[in-house]
Formats: sequence, C-alpha cells, structure tokens
Amino acid sequence: MTSIGTGYDLSASTYSPDGRIFQVEYANKAVENSGTAIGLRVKDGIVLAVEKLVHSKLLVPEANRRIQTVERHVGLATTGLLADGRNLANHVRNEASNYRGLYRAPPPLKELVSRLSMYVQVYTLHSSVRPFGCSTILGGIDENGPGLFVIEPSGVAYGYHGAAVGKGRQLAKTELEKLKLSELTTREAVFEAARIIHLVHDDAKEKDFELELSWIGDETNGLHLPVPKDIFEEADTKAKEALENFE
Amino acid sequence: MFRNTYDSDNTVFSPQGRLHQVEYALEAVKQGSAAVGIKSKTHAILLALKRSSGELASYQQKMYRIDDHVGIAIAGLTSDARVLSNFMRQQAMSSRMVFNRPIPVNRLVSSIADKAQVNTQEYGRRPYGVGFLVIGQDKTGPHLYEFSPWGNSYEYYAMSIGARSQSAKTYLEKHYESFADCTLDELIRHGLHALRETLQQDKELTIANTSIGIVGPTVDHELTVTAEGVFRILEGEPIDVFLKTMVPKEEAADPAPAAPAAGDEDVQMAD
Amino acid sequence: MDHFPTSWGRPRNDAVDAYNTYPLHQRSNPKQDAFAEGIQRTQQPIVTGTSVLAFHYKDGIMMAADTLASYGSLARFKNIQRLHTVGSRTIIGASGDMSDFQYLQNQLDQLTIDEFTENDGHDLGPAEIHEYLSRVMYGRRSKMNPLWNSLLVGGKKDNGERFLSYVDLLGTTYSAATIATGYGAHIAVPLLRSAVEGRVNEITEEQAREIMTNCMRVLFYRDARSLDKFQIATVTDAGVTISEPITLETSWNFAEKIRGYGAQTS
Repeated sequence: MTSIGTGYDLSASTYSPDGRIFQVEYANKAVENSGTAIGLRVKDGIVLAVEKLVHSKLLVPEANRRIQTVERHVGLATTGLLADGRNLANHVRNEASNYRGLYRAPPPLKELVSRLSMYVQVYTLHSSVRPFGCSTILGGIDENGPGLFVIEPSGVAYGYHGAAVGKGRQLAKTELEKLKLSELTTREAVFEAARIIHLVHDDAKEKDFELELSWIGDETNGLHLPVPKDIFEEADTKAKEALENFE
Repeated sequence: MFRNTYDSDNTVFSPQGRLHQVEYALEAVKQGSAAVGIKSKTHAILLALKRSSGELASYQQKMYRIDDHVGIAIAGLTSDARVLSNFMRQQAMSSRMVFNRPIPVNRLVSSIADKAQVNTQEYGRRPYGVGFLVIGQDKTGPHLYEFSPWGNSYEYYAMSIGARSQSAKTYLEKHYESFADCTLDELIRHGLHALRETLQQDKELTIANTSIGIVGPTVDHELTVTAEGVFRILEGEPIDVFLKTMVPKEEAADPAPAAPAAGDEDVQMAD
Repeated sequence: MDHFPTSWGRPRNDAVDAYNTYPLHQRSNPKQDAFAEGIQRTQQPIVTGTSVLAFHYKDGIMMAADTLASYGSLARFKNIQRLHTVGSRTIIGASGDMSDFQYLQNQLDQLTIDEFTENDGHDLGPAEIHEYLSRVMYGRRSKMNPLWNSLLVGGKKDNGERFLSYVDLLGTTYSAATIATGYGAHIAVPLLRSAVEGRVNEITEEQAREIMTNCMRVLFYRDARSLDKFQIATVTDAGVTISEPITLETSWNFAEKIRGYGAQTS
C-alpha cells in the first residue's frame, strides 16, 4: 500500500506528524522495485549473488557488473539506483584506503560498515540532498572470520547470516531461513545462492535476467573474486534443475 | 498522480521511489538527433546524424575524439557534452602521464558516470542533459558503452540514442548476433541501415549529414592517412563510398539511396 | 571555466575539480593547518640502504640487494628486505632513505589494491609502475621535498618483454640491460656489463646467480656501508620470487699480511 504523506514528504529534513521521514521511505521503494540481491555468510566465507534484470538483448553479458570489490577481502552488492550504488562503492574504497594509510593494516569489515552507514545516514539529514536509493550488502572476511551486513537507505546497518534485498526478498528470505548456513562451505553456498536467485526471478513479469555470483573463502585465499566459470556453470545448471523440481 | 509535486527538485523522491528530474533529463537526450554504435571482434564504430539549423548553417558536430583510442558520439545538450568530454580528456591524459598507458575504456566511462551521479543527488544542481555512446579499444579489445544522465553506464554490442532511436534499436536487435564477425565495411553498412531507420519521412543519409567514427585497424576504403588503429572521424566525401554500399529499402520506391547531396540541404527526393 | 574574477590571474589547479563538481562534503578545505609554517623539507637521509643491482637474463630480470639499513656509519638493522613485489609482474629495489621507501611501498600497495578492486582485466605492469614512480619522484623534487631514494623497477611486461629501469630522488630515469645504484653503479656495473651485455638471451638462472653473487662479494669487500647478507629476486613468466637471505662466503686472511691488523703489531 502506497502511503502518501502529502505535504510532509518533500524533503528529507521534514518529519511527518507520526514521526516518519517519508523521503527515506520513498527511497526504500526504489530498492523494492529493483532486482534481488542476496548474501550468505557460511562456515568459511561469504557468497554474494545478484539477479541482474537484462533490459536489452544488446547488452554484453558479464560486462556490466553489479557486485563490486572494494578491498582485497571485501565485496559489495547493491540493489536500487545503480549509480548511487557506485557512489557508495567508491566511498567505501576511499574509507578503506584511508584506514590503510593510517593503520597500515587491512580494515576490519565492521569498521567499513560503520563508516558507510554513517555516510548514508548523513544524506537523510539535510534537505539539500536526497537519500541514497539503494540497499547495500557488504560481505568480507577479516580476523573475526566471515561477516555479512546490510545497509539500508536510512543508514541502518545490521549483521546477518543470510540477507536479501530487492524485489524478491520475501521469497529469498524464506528460502535462506531453511538453510543451515553456519554449516555450509562456500562452494555449497554458491549452489544454494544460484538456486535461490533463479527461484525468485519472476518469469512472467520480467523477460530476461543474468545471474552474477561472487565469493570469498578458503578457496579464494581470502580474496573477493567472481565465482570461476566452471563452478558458475555448474551452479547455474543445478539451479535450473532444482527449479523444475520445485514446481 | 501528484507527479507535479515531486518533480521540481533533484532531491525529492516520488512516492513510487522515482526521480522525476532525472527522467526529464533523459527527455533532453531524446531530443538530440540519433547516434548509433556497433562493435565487432576487431572494431567499434559510431554513426551519427548531424542536424543543421537552416540552409545557411553548418551541421552540428556530433563526435569528439577523447584520446587516440577513445571517441564519443553525443545526443542532447551540446554544452553539457563539451564539459563532460573535456573532463574525459583530462582523465585520459592523466592516465597516460602517470601510468604511461591508455586509459582502460570502462574506467573512463565510469568516471563520468560517477560525476553525473553526484548531479542527481544535490540540491541546486541539475542532471547532465546529454547521453554518450563511447567507443574505444584497449588491451581487452574493442568496446562500446552507453552513458546516460542517470549516471549509469552499460556495455553493449550495439546501441542507439537520440530521436527515434527505438527504430534503430529494433534493427540492431534483429541483427546483433552477426556483428561480432563482420568486417569493418559490413559493420558500417549495418550502422548506416540502423541510422537510416531513425530518419523522418523523405529524408536521407548524405555525406553532409552523416558522420562515422571508427576505432580499430585501418581498411582500404579509408582515404585519409591515420596512425594505425586510432579513433578517426570520417565525414564528407570520404564516406560516400560507404553510403553507396547501403541496400535500398524494400518498401519505398527510392532507388539508389546515396546520390551525393548538394551539401547544403538534407532533403533529397531521389528519382 | 572559472567564473569568479577574484581567481583570475592567480595560481589555479585545473586538475582538481575545474567545474566545481565534487559533492559538497568532499571539496578540499582551503584552511591551513596550524603547523604549516614549521614544516621542514627533507635535508638528508637518515636510515639508509646501499646499492641495488639488477640485469636482464634469459628468463627475465634478476635483482639483488643486501639486507642492511645503516644509521650513518652504524650497521644498525641487519635483516631488512629492500626488495618489494608490486602486483604480479614487478619488483622494486630501493637504496637511500628507508623510511621514504616504506612510504613508497605503502603507496604502491594501495595502487595495487585499487587496481585489484576494479577487477576488469587490466593490471599494472613494470612500465606503468615506473612511470608512476617517476612522476611522484619528480613532483616531490620540484617541491624541494624529495623522497631520498634511488629505485630500480624491473619486471615482465604483459607482451613478455623484459623491463628494467631506474628512477631517483631527482626524477632522473633511464633504462638499460644492467643497472645498479649507489656504489654498485661504479663497481658492479662494469662487471655486469662485461658478463651480460650481448648474451642476455643465453644466461641461465644458475649463471645469473653466480654473476650476481660475485658482484655482491666485490661490493662487500669495497663498500664500507654494505653487509655480507643479501637477497636475490627474479621476475619470470612464472611470477616474482624473492629469496631468503643468503650469506656471502668471503675471505679476509689477506689482512694477516697487513701491518696493524691480525697478529702483526707493528
């Protein structure tokens, strides 16, 4: 149900009488209308997956990446306004670089999440700017082990074992809750992630989509990398088979 | 509904989560005359339809060289295009100066995309009212990108922007699978056919209103001497040979499509 | 174009945001830091490394440097690595001030991470790293605040060609098949030239190591700020390897015959 806060929703610096900031809620709408992104935090690492809605046959496959690497050991996936997502990715890269410059050590994931969420939150305070229209999933491995966080347009950040944002998040969350995430390996998680993305894609509503997968774990030596072609193909095939059995 | 309330400021989301100001900026791109970009395994090309404001005026330039290995075609506000292309040239030069390498094309496009995104988020600014098709060649091969006022950039096999570009896109979608293996001549022919689709009734592609930008190895038809592989813009007489390779449209009664124009008008009734 | 009359005719910096496009919170702050007046420029190197040697051989590049960082005439830090890997195809060797070298190492590390995060099939090879370093070094010298180093950059370009170049605190650069910094430039380069020049494609790794070890030995005998422990690095198609420290075999019994040393007391 679209609630319209007439008169109280024209700027981020206005509260409505019931204490809501409508501009931030509208920014969330931009996220909800966009392709799904999910993250899984498992025993030895993280897997990120994105349902990339392909708006034209002419697009070069595998060229327009939605999952960004922001540090050696940290990956970031966004849903919503893609240009805003790039702004956030560049900002995290700068923060990570500053941290390294000061401490000569790789930044802990929590530190990056904290800085990014504060950055996003600032844009919800002033009428001279608009909130970011994207939700960000940040996943990485540091000395505390694997970590997965989601930052919403309001600036709120929570840690998760399994996270989903975007159009198909309800269905994705249901599927993620069924899994025993802390017992899976990253390789198994890659197959599960592919399966879930295929599942949430609504063939009736959108024409085509491209699956994008990335992982960090023992098999990548702690680096955030796109899932290699052979494992990707395998995951994709298995996901399509599982889809047939699901119905 | 209520669209008017939410569309005057850059910093206001609509209740549906849309940014109307940016969507309006896209309209400015649609007002510009058409440009088409295509790439193959070896080359990437741009074709643009130039407009003139009257018989006495010259045709508006649609293509700019950014560096030896990158060129762009614009559609939309020309002044915004100049500012952004100047920025691109600075970025490209900086890469050569600091790292002694031609800037990877995707990074160049991302730099203007990120710049344009800032303009969609702050009060008092307006989004850039211009779209680009960028072609370039680097270590990873030839590339074609579309840049839009949203601050998004996408890599394509073929794309078209500007007025009536949907017709060109339809042509490109029909033929895109064959582009990868085309020779440069075939690629240009496809591009001209696609560009032709965007013309209004009774108009034609002539040597005065068409320009072709190419990046990739030189071929025989190219009359001007250039350093091997650099981005070059072909206009005027040199493109006549390409115009002549176009296949006449089946449905119209027009015979040879490329009778060389007098040069000062682009309305040509072939007979 | 700068529209404000008060800026016309004054020093400009067009490379930074000529059209005032950075987001509000990122625009560089013109306010000066309170200690700006007291800033001192580098006058002299403090903790230093001596020669670095390098040359082309059949499989690629070989580079060597001893593991000493001297504090003037004191041989203070005897287990320092003066060779540094950048990316997957480049090795840097530094002589001169070690703190400036550590700063450069961190800058290069950050460059490597930035390149890694782009993840687009491009990477920085030795030619790009060398160009970057020469810009940095020359820029610093032009501000009268040099990074007090002489650096060798070696590696394999992505077309398989060997690359070896020099850059120093003045921003001087040159390329050759055999290069050395410091005392090495005077003592080792003639030895390297006669061993290497003209036969680059025939020298095997074994032979190259021997040539290198021999030069390091001569340098240890003659350079009063050197050490007999050193490392050898190679860059080949297989990547970059830096060896564990190697100790030189030297013979000092000639000293017995010299008056004032050994058993002789007069």
